[in-house]
Amino acid sequence: MDRTNENLRKEIIRESGVNPLKCMRCGKCSGTCPSYGEMEYHPHQFVYMVETGDIEPLMKSKSIYKCLSCFACIDRCPRGVEPAKIVEAVRLEVVRQQGANHLKAEDIPSIIDEDMPQQALVSAFRKYSK
Amino acid sequence: MKVSYFPGCTLKTKAKKLDVYARKCAEVLGVTLEEIENWQCCGGVFTTASNEIATKLSSARALVEAKEKGQPLVSVCSACHNVIKQTNQAIKENRDSFTDRMNNYMALEEPYNGETQVLHYLELLRDVVGYDKIKEKVVNPLTGKKIGAYYGCLLLRPNSVMQMDDPENPSIIEDLIRALGAEPVVFPYRNECCGGYTIIEDKDVAIEKSGKVCKSAKSHGAEMIVTACPLCKYNLDKNGKEVPVVYITELLAEALGVKED
Repeated sequence: MDRTNENLRKEIIRESGVNPLKCMRCGKCSGTCPSYGEMEYHPHQFVYMVETGDIEPLMKSKSIYKCLSCFACIDRCPRGVEPAKIVEAVRLEVVRQQGANHLKAEDIPSIIDEDMPQQALVSAFRKYSK
Repeated sequence: MKVSYFPGCTLKTKAKKLDVYARKCAEVLGVTLEEIENWQCCGGVFTTASNEIATKLSSARALVEAKEKGQPLVSVCSACHNVIKQTNQAIKENRDSFTDRMNNYMALEEPYNGETQVLHYLELLRDVVGYDKIKEKVVNPLTGKKIGAYYGCLLLRPNSVMQMDDPENPSIIEDLIRALGAEPVVFPYRNECCGGYTIIEDKDVAIEKSGKVCKSAKSHGAEMIVTACPLCKYNLDKNGKEVPVVYITELLAEALGVKED
């Protein structure tokens, strides 16, 4: 692990408040994740890849945009690891970069319809953009 | 009694029935919902990172106003309630000095440390008003209606913070349905995700997830689904409206005789 990666690992652990060493890799988080089928890397992989500093593949993967913030992995983890918080921290490290917004205002007109609640838009912007 | 009330962005536009009937029913039950002045959108989803400060300020400001009035803070939208309650918990925890930094920014006369009690409208009904009292106020019992309660994610999780009900086997909405004279239908997908904001990212995926919820409710005999979340309703409605989806407040208003058609 080079120095830059070690800084990133520490930052993700600090801002998420997650201790990856508590994970016993039972896979229950991934088993309960409603987005499992859409993810290249699954919640339990986020936890151990952050622990080992293998963070770049996670940052480049679309998996960071598949988390629904449903908190199922947080509630159902038998060790209190809270994987969703790790996923969120990795995503923040991406979307906080200049020009790295995943959702842009100009994308919206083609997505919305008359019934779509504001809640959908504000939630998506909060998760996908800065 | 008076409580502070945070309606939220969607309740002023696409989900007016959630807001209007929440107020009307509360009045019938002897509670006035006093709207927070100049409230700002909660942002829809809680940001879990400790260094996300600006995204938590709208909730913090509403919490401070409720504290100044000495009132609990009530919301009826599942998302608003989830964001506000998780923000209040983050403030209580002060992890990574979040609360100190938030208070430095807000420059209040007296720092806010999570004193306000945060209640969902359902908790107001169950714990403050009481389902027995609601039962007495029912003028139009919903006898014979088979209704599936859809909790989704945000009312129940994370349970360590939300503390509303058993997150895997909840009953707060079923008990309300019973108090209104109808028959609750318990179905397996009632606390699984509807797809949420991924409707923006990938429509097909969200529609598939909400489709499973509708199918699960229907196959267990539900003629109607109730929810407290505008985004859940939108996603469920995308599945052809085979099972009608209504807000909990509409159901309550019908039973209390204050629904206008």
